[in-house]
Amino acid sequence: MAKDGNGAAEFTFRTKGLTKVYGSGPAAVHALRGVDLDIPKGDMVVLLGPSGSGKSTLLNIVGGLDRATEGEAWFQDQNLTEMSDRELTLYRRDHVGFVFQFYNLMPSLTARENVELVTEIADDPMDPDEALRLVGLGERMDHFPAQMSGGEQQRVAIARAIAKNPTVLFCDEPTGALDSTTGRAVLRVLRDVNDKLGATVMIVTHAAATAGMAHRVINFADGAIRSVTTNDTRLDPDEIKW
Amino acid sequence: MMRALDRKLLRDLWRIKGQAGAIAAVVAVGVLLQVMMSGMVASLDETRQTYYDRSRLAQIFAPVTRAPEHVLHRLSAIEGVGAVEGRITGGALLDMEGQDLPVRAQAVSLPQIGAPKLNDVHLSAGRLLAPGRTDEVLLLKSFADAHEIPLGAQLSATMNGARRTFTVVGIAQSPEFLVAVAPGELVPDVTRFAVLWMNEDAMAAAFDMKGAFNEALLSLERGAELEPVLAAADRELAQFGGLGAYGLKDHMSNRFISDEIDGLRSTSAAVPPIFMGVAAFLLYIVVTRLVQAEREQIGLIKAFGYTDLEVSVHYFKLVVLIALLGALMGCVLGIWAGRSMVGVYQANFHFPFLVFRVDPAAFVSGVTVSVLSASAGGIFVLRRVFTLTPAVAMRPPAPADFSRSGALNVRLKRWLDQPSRMVLRRVIRSPGRIAGSVIGISVGMALSAAMITLLSGFDESLDLTFGVIDRSDMQVSFYQPMSGKTVFELQQLPGVIEVEPTRAVSAVLRNGLYTYRGGITGLAEGARLNRAVDKDVQAIDLPEQGVVLAKSLADLLQIKSGEMLTVEVLEGRRPVLTLPVASIAETLMGAPAFMRIETLNRALREPDRVSGAYLRVDANALPQIFDKVKGMPMVAGVSRQTDAREAMQKMMDEGAGAMRFVMVGIAAIITFGIVYNAARISYGEQSRDLASLRVIGFSNSETAFVLLGELALVVLMAIPLGIGLGYALGFLVAAGFSTELYQIPAGFRPVAHGQAAAAVVVASLVSGWLVKRDIQKVDLVETLKTRE
Repeated sequence: MAKDGNGAAEFTFRTKGLTKVYGSGPAAVHALRGVDLDIPKGDMVVLLGPSGSGKSTLLNIVGGLDRATEGEAWFQDQNLTEMSDRELTLYRRDHVGFVFQFYNLMPSLTARENVELVTEIADDPMDPDEALRLVGLGERMDHFPAQMSGGEQQRVAIARAIAKNPTVLFCDEPTGALDSTTGRAVLRVLRDVNDKLGATVMIVTHAAATAGMAHRVINFADGAIRSVTTNDTRLDPDEIKW
Repeated sequence: MMRALDRKLLRDLWRIKGQAGAIAAVVAVGVLLQVMMSGMVASLDETRQTYYDRSRLAQIFAPVTRAPEHVLHRLSAIEGVGAVEGRITGGALLDMEGQDLPVRAQAVSLPQIGAPKLNDVHLSAGRLLAPGRTDEVLLLKSFADAHEIPLGAQLSATMNGARRTFTVVGIAQSPEFLVAVAPGELVPDVTRFAVLWMNEDAMAAAFDMKGAFNEALLSLERGAELEPVLAAADRELAQFGGLGAYGLKDHMSNRFISDEIDGLRSTSAAVPPIFMGVAAFLLYIVVTRLVQAEREQIGLIKAFGYTDLEVSVHYFKLVVLIALLGALMGCVLGIWAGRSMVGVYQANFHFPFLVFRVDPAAFVSGVTVSVLSASAGGIFVLRRVFTLTPAVAMRPPAPADFSRSGALNVRLKRWLDQPSRMVLRRVIRSPGRIAGSVIGISVGMALSAAMITLLSGFDESLDLTFGVIDRSDMQVSFYQPMSGKTVFELQQLPGVIEVEPTRAVSAVLRNGLYTYRGGITGLAEGARLNRAVDKDVQAIDLPEQGVVLAKSLADLLQIKSGEMLTVEVLEGRRPVLTLPVASIAETLMGAPAFMRIETLNRALREPDRVSGAYLRVDANALPQIFDKVKGMPMVAGVSRQTDAREAMQKMMDEGAGAMRFVMVGIAAIITFGIVYNAARISYGEQSRDLASLRVIGFSNSETAFVLLGELALVVLMAIPLGIGLGYALGFLVAAGFSTELYQIPAGFRPVAHGQAAAAVVVASLVSGWLVKRDIQKVDLVETLKTRE
């Protein structure tokens, strides 16, 4: 956690005037309207806001999945907005872990193989089995996605995301398709990843209760940041009201 | 006001426009082929018939040595005979300026006044012969065109030993010379055979036929039977040296045309259904997958309260719309292609006009087959989808279950990375789907291979005929059978290396009900220049007794080696011989029957006669040899082997043979259509997984591997199967293209299969590239938001 804000290296992300416009003319939709933001290294950040407020758009841009219309986004000392497709791919491969609402696992690969999919191409990965044990799936490594519950599938997705030892973990509505018990289990895993691996974790959600476990909570509305709050004390996932 | 479902239909169609286009294209080529070929058959048939009718073409030709004119009355008295016309025909040699080889011609008489009752000519330039003029001729248009002989040109011709000069006053066409084949030759050649029409008096003077004729033409009354009239005509003409009356179907030119049209007809019956079958199969596969992909939407529509029937009709419309679009495109293109192909035929056959007719049945069957096969695919899948309750369809789908394909886990773990495993598991999990693609691609490849086999079959046919069977450099034929000494005269010419005598007699070959009007070719014992070969391409030693039949002839007569063949000789004493069939020879052109020349002469009781000779000569001495041979009074014609080969090649390239190029093109389109669809569908099914791979850091190429790996596997499996299928299909197609004039051999040709396989690989690469482009363009964010 970076307490001072002076060194650029202390920040995982920094954006300046980040703007995203879909379409053009009168039909244009301003998903982001000039967002300025600093995300310190090792933070757990929750982005809150109603649908269409721009939180997912921000996540997609700093995650290297989408491009900004205007403004700049920096990952450490690399300017994401100037990267080619190939460089963005390498950025995602080397630094970024993703967890999505619908898990996006390969149905034709077992849990272990889904994780190996990533460790085979990563620079400095952890052992796939270890990643799966971290999310509590040590016993179900050879099961296919079709043989798992939604929560288990999501934990495989998290294992896959963390197995490369990512610098940053992006989670878009990670508990959106889960019931409260499995949802809490998933959040605990995310918190563990943040604590134990020191990865910066960014979670997009509209479940406001999740915000209690974050270092930093960013509220979005109409494509702009409405407020940024920091939690002095973080809630344990079990204390979160669903 | 358009219903919402119909608007959805149009938008869906637009969304899948690439795939729909590929399906429509395959349907279109199937229908195109059907419409084009049946249109050609109908058009050529109709044109021929119209031309024959307008020119009052005779139905019976009765050549005779010399019959007085009053015999014509007796002929017209035969029951069933309509009109009768007597005429004089004779051979001539034209001396063409700038040509070392004399050109063979047939001179035909025209009545002094008025048009002939039968076999009228069609004047395309100039005027008819002036009455009483003996120095005017009408010249056959195809020959005049080939040599650019203008009206008013002077022609120098040797007739019956006398040299004369004529003025060309008209250019004419006739249905009896649609295909110009010199008597005794196999291959039509417009440059090497001319027809001259002359006044009756001039012909009578030239051939010593005053008050007589040497060919009677007869037409039949409506409903009269041919055979009794032929027999009666033969009886009437016997005492004047009748050479055997024959019907139009045995007339050389008509035989060529009929052969061509029949060949086309059998091809059009055999080949388009194969293409339509492939198109139907492809349509079925694609529609199956298309409807499967719509599973969720179908659930949704049902949840709104639409009935199963309404949903079925909705998807049925989509499928039928695609099939109909393709079929209509095929019809339009088919008419256009048919018109241009008929134009090619017209140039080849020299019809003075052309009737283009489209066979409506082809439209109906083409459209029906496409729509039916498309709907069959749709209905099959819809039935499965309907068993789903709307709720199931709207819940997030469970991931496809791959647990049963886990067995490879243990064994292959060490060897395979995860992307390879994804490819293999997909293949193992749904063998039916993979089999569909494999079969589709292999059928496409088989079509190409069969068509390429056909191409090389044509070449093989030429090589066997002109390289193995006939190895002479030139062939000389005489006006009438000559003494064997003539061969020595030829042998004496400087530059002549080898001479082989031959004796050709025309005959009707009969085996029970099967008859063939052809001839017997007598060859020297141990012949080297023109010989009979067996199916292993080894020379057959002609036996002391008996006859060797070409395989095509044996098939035609339904006769086997060892059985007895009846031969009704149509020359000289006209003996009827009964000869054993000694063996069957492999020939790819014509339907010859071979005998030893001595045996043939003995049977004819005309010892030591030759009707022509095969020569092997020193190429440098050719011009001198031609010059000498031209001057020999008994020589009716000289032909060079290379000319015959060229003429044959030309005929194959221009006639039905031209079709093979069209077919190769169509086979290529179908192959591409299948491969592209396979790639496209596989992409559609996996697009979400592929986008996920991109998201977690796989590059475009690494992601494409997962998709294209499957395609590569499918192609690898399809190629051996395609070779097998193509081999079998080759025989079918070759049989369809074979005619009485030439047979196309089928067999295993590695080159054909190699080229077809290469075409499949190229199609895969292009399809792969096209689909890979889509992976690059895919909106990662959008794909992750959608459930499936």
